[in-house]
Amino acid sequence: MRGVDVVVTNLSKLPSAFFKLFFILLTTVNLSWVPFSAQAATLPVDSVDILYHSFEGGGMDINGPFVLVRKSIGSQVSVNGHYYVDSVSAASIDVVTSGASEYTEERTELSAGVDFLHEKTMVSAGYTESEENDFLAKTVFMSVNQDFFGDLSKITMGYARGWDEISKFGDEVINEADRQNFKIGLSQILTKNSLMGFDVETATDEGFLRNPYRSYRILNDDKVGYTNEPENYPETHTSTAIAVRGLYYLPYRASIKAEYRFFSDNWGVKANTYELLYVHPLGKSWTLEAKLRYYEQTQADFYSDLFKADTQEFKARDKELSTFSDVTYGAGVTYELGKGFIPYINKLKFTLLADYLEFDYDNFRDASDTSLVAGTEPFYHFSAWVTRASITLEY
Amino acid sequence: MKVLLLLSILLVNPLLLSGCSDIKPWVKPYERNNLADPIMSLDRHGAAGAYIHHVYQAREGARGAEGGAGGGCGCN
Amino acid sequence: MNKIVFKWLILLTITSFSFGASAEILKGAAPDFTLKSNQGKNLRLEDFRGEVVMLNFWASWCGPCRQEMPLMEELYKKYQKLGFTILAVNVDEDSSDADGFLSAVPVSFPVLYDNQSKVSEQYEVDAMPTTVMIDRDGNKRFLHRGYKEGYEIEYAKQVKQLIRE
Repeated sequence: MRGVDVVVTNLSKLPSAFFKLFFILLTTVNLSWVPFSAQAATLPVDSVDILYHSFEGGGMDINGPFVLVRKSIGSQVSVNGHYYVDSVSAASIDVVTSGASEYTEERTELSAGVDFLHEKTMVSAGYTESEENDFLAKTVFMSVNQDFFGDLSKITMGYARGWDEISKFGDEVINEADRQNFKIGLSQILTKNSLMGFDVETATDEGFLRNPYRSYRILNDDKVGYTNEPENYPETHTSTAIAVRGLYYLPYRASIKAEYRFFSDNWGVKANTYELLYVHPLGKSWTLEAKLRYYEQTQADFYSDLFKADTQEFKARDKELSTFSDVTYGAGVTYELGKGFIPYINKLKFTLLADYLEFDYDNFRDASDTSLVAGTEPFYHFSAWVTRASITLEY
Repeated sequence: MKVLLLLSILLVNPLLLSGCSDIKPWVKPYERNNLADPIMSLDRHGAAGAYIHHVYQAREGARGAEGGAGGGCGCN
Repeated sequence: MNKIVFKWLILLTITSFSFGASAEILKGAAPDFTLKSNQGKNLRLEDFRGEVVMLNFWASWCGPCRQEMPLMEELYKKYQKLGFTILAVNVDEDSSDADGFLSAVPVSFPVLYDNQSKVSEQYEVDAMPTTVMIDRDGNKRFLHRGYKEGYEIEYAKQVKQLIRE
């Protein structure tokens, strides 16, 4: 779609232009509404969120805790922090095919942030650090959001900058990658019962962008077997995502949310995401929900499951860059208790969410059966269960 | 750059609208009963919501524009 | 580039500071109305002429509204005998939501039910919560939009002033 390519190329020139727009809009929004109101929005509620998360499928078993804490200080500042762990036991298709054995690993992430509220403007900033034995990622982020037009509209702008260090277990070399992303969003109340959101996010990465454990396959001269070689990726990756979402209140007290996101990057990947979420409360304490999500993407230009010859500079066989689709069927239940059950706790919420994911690859083959001729193996597919169980306390 | 201009006009639109004082906010602050209902939040699940986005980001080629804030009671 | 970014952000945060008034001065007669109340009978604003009236518009779904309720109760207890009353106009579409909140956070001042938003419209309420101070002659004197920590000090000051007039 040529038109789309043009849009995306122009949008990917966003970084410096974005900065200019960011600040022009920020100034306009901030100053022009002064005569209208000396009002404000509200700080996030003080809370502790303790989540147990689990991903099981595709040969992977990843679980761990995720604790998120928010506390307000005075009436204008709220601080937050989170602690997250992924305990990984993996014998995924990539691990199996490369001949490696199942591995276990742990990733820990820590974050601290602050929200500052003044009148109708909220300024947020934070820092996150994520670490595994062969990967370290540091991210700094900030955003501003502003309510205007009688609080019917909210504009959000955000910027994040990251620095990654990627190495391979057993290898001394540390590779680096830098990340930047910019986002802008507008949420608009349409009626007493509906609102819509519009978000655009553009990201640019530079440096070592591949997974050092992944390799591509190149057909041998005998046309039956293949050889694994380390992947070679471009040094830059720029992408844009545009999403629109709508939320509608149903008269018998329920809500339905529909989302669509379009994604495109300079590696040739284009993706569409569609999601539908239905939330249905039962009485004052129970809430049920059901979700349906469909994702599809087309491959990166330099992706191939099996290269026939060494004719191009960039080569990848990472299944995340192949042509595939995935469907999610999700369901959840929440139970809420108000004030009075535990002293000093205003709300206690128990949530259980289960999602069943099915991934179907159109041009990534399951090469685990080495008795097959290269390029004739069946296309890969897998399913996974994602479970989230959490307790949230508002105090 | 043309696209950038188009995008900025789209976003600045509500600002321009309100500049014409004859268009007043059509949902009054005291009419936000339903919008203030927690089931009308774009982000109901906090940590759990952030986690599922991470699951998809790690396994899919797409990233970004997952968020959303807005709606709610519009108080203060 | 980063230095410019930082400077801009500071500039914007500072500029957004300069505008923050807690109260607005009003003029004119407070529009009269009659609403159902939790006192067993309908209450009419005119009937409170001679007393200082703090007219507060609130909803059970509004966080800051809930936050200021206990503080309003304190204010009421302190100045009631000097000729002061609070009329808390609830704008919930379903009044049982308001009653639910009040059973957890009881108040002794009258609560009025405006579930059709007629009085909210009359007073052109453009923020939640909204507090209008009405003097003994039935005139609107002060307007507060929203509630932030510390507003109750302003409320007390204005109530004292209006009581002394």
